[in-house]
Amino acid sequence: MQEPLLALDKVTKTFRRSGGSIVNAVRSVSLDIGPGETVALVGESGSGKSTLGRIALGLLAPDSGRVLLAGRCLGDLSAAALRDARIAMQPIFQDASASLNPRRTVRELLAQALRHHRDSVEQRSVDLLDHVGLRPGTEYLLRFPHELSGGQRQRVAIARALAMEPRLIIADEPLSGADVSIRGQILNLLIDIKEEHRVAYLMITHDISIARAFADRVAVMMQGEIVESGPAEAVLHAPTHPYTKQLVAAVPMLDAPTARDREIGDA
Amino acid sequence: MAATRRFWHRFLAYRAGAAATIYVLVLVVIAVATQLLSGVDPHQLSNEVMRAPSPAHLLGTDELGRDVLLGIVYGVWVSLTVGFSAALAATVLGVVIGATAGHYGGAFDLIVMRISEVFQVVPSFILAAVIVAMSGPGLTRVVMVIALLAWPQIARLMRGEVIRIKQLEFVDAVRCLGVREWVILATEVIPNAVAPILAAGTLIVGQAILLEAALSFFGLSSADLISWGRMLNSGQRFLFNAWWLSLFPGTAIFVTVLAFNLLGDAIGSALNPRTTR
Repeated sequence: MQEPLLALDKVTKTFRRSGGSIVNAVRSVSLDIGPGETVALVGESGSGKSTLGRIALGLLAPDSGRVLLAGRCLGDLSAAALRDARIAMQPIFQDASASLNPRRTVRELLAQALRHHRDSVEQRSVDLLDHVGLRPGTEYLLRFPHELSGGQRQRVAIARALAMEPRLIIADEPLSGADVSIRGQILNLLIDIKEEHRVAYLMITHDISIARAFADRVAVMMQGEIVESGPAEAVLHAPTHPYTKQLVAAVPMLDAPTARDREIGDA
Repeated sequence: MAATRRFWHRFLAYRAGAAATIYVLVLVVIAVATQLLSGVDPHQLSNEVMRAPSPAHLLGTDELGRDVLLGIVYGVWVSLTVGFSAALAATVLGVVIGATAGHYGGAFDLIVMRISEVFQVVPSFILAAVIVAMSGPGLTRVVMVIALLAWPQIARLMRGEVIRIKQLEFVDAVRCLGVREWVILATEVIPNAVAPILAAGTLIVGQAILLEAALSFFGLSSADLISWGRMLNSGQRFLFNAWWLSLFPGTAIFVTVLAFNLLGDAIGSALNPRTTR
């Protein structure tokens, strides 16, 4: 097997509550993501999956364990090297109204990501906006985040992530901030990006139907630990861990065809 | 921009804030005019000594025959200069120190915050008086002392804002774009903390004017400048036979400090998204 793009090796993180009690957010979690592979990390809120996402992005240092990006341990890198290394991973957060600086226009938000392409910022911005379905892109350049809908904001956040030409996108509940009616469109956009850019995904979600629509592999997280993982088909059709069974049973249409066969989204 | 429009709408809805703005603008015009106009000498002595307010001297004259109204008008310059420059210096100092402490944390944060607590516990007027008395009077020194006493308020506020803002998602998102930490601090974090700092800085203008007046009341400011505090000082000897020498400069100080406090409140509530008016 080829070297994984991102490897989490026995990563542990604990938080101390203000009262003094200790929360084991992540307990000795190991997880590999190969180039171009899509992994869904499924679990309910409080299971530690968002913490794991922040650790993977190098935004949070684990207490123990290692995060390897293309074989290099993030914890061993200098601040400057870490900065350069992790641009290969881009986050898409749950709520784009929180992940876009409210004081910047779309043009400024994208220019931050395109700052190494000084002379072509304008053209690239428009292309990116077109690409994520904000057409015509020029219409959106001067808007502020609060002048956009939730779905449009999330598209801007996706455009910004794409501007970095990442090899891995870590998406933390990317559909929860959008209206139910447009979740399908955003999901389709993410699937298109996957196919077009051959980018790998770590899709963090509580919604097992998204995992089914999207993922090559599924890892199920409960109380800071990965309790089951494997190919999406196997885990979702024949779950072995009781918690996974419970999650799968909670979603209707267990025997419905998976997303690969099915048109999702606007339908 | 909609946010700017919303700010002005809320700001003007707060009547006292609008009134205070007009008052402060008038003061600024007066202060500039007194510096530009020549030919009027507020130090001009006359034989009309200790006259009560009359049509000739609307606010009366002092023991040397100087016009009180003219003195108050010329005193605006000192009050505003001291108020604005002390508040500006305190704000810049507080923003830099507070932002650094909040962003990097650690030992620097601990030390700076303990120092700021010391400043907040010691009675500021006594400390200011002691420092000015030891280093000698003068307007620049007064400004520096006031800034030195006021920066902890801004620094503590800034530190709290930075700690709150730096963990917001949009800062993490920019961090993932490979932007340097100090650039993030300067371009993402600090601009989003401007609102409460602006409100607190305006309140410091009022405090500075009051402190300058108190220092000059005790003869600790510049001796050859006309200031409201000095007028109060010379007036208090004649409190029982020439009330106008104390009342009018005192009123000027009171109204001006009140105006800056109202202005600070108005800015604060207009910029706070949680206030509904």
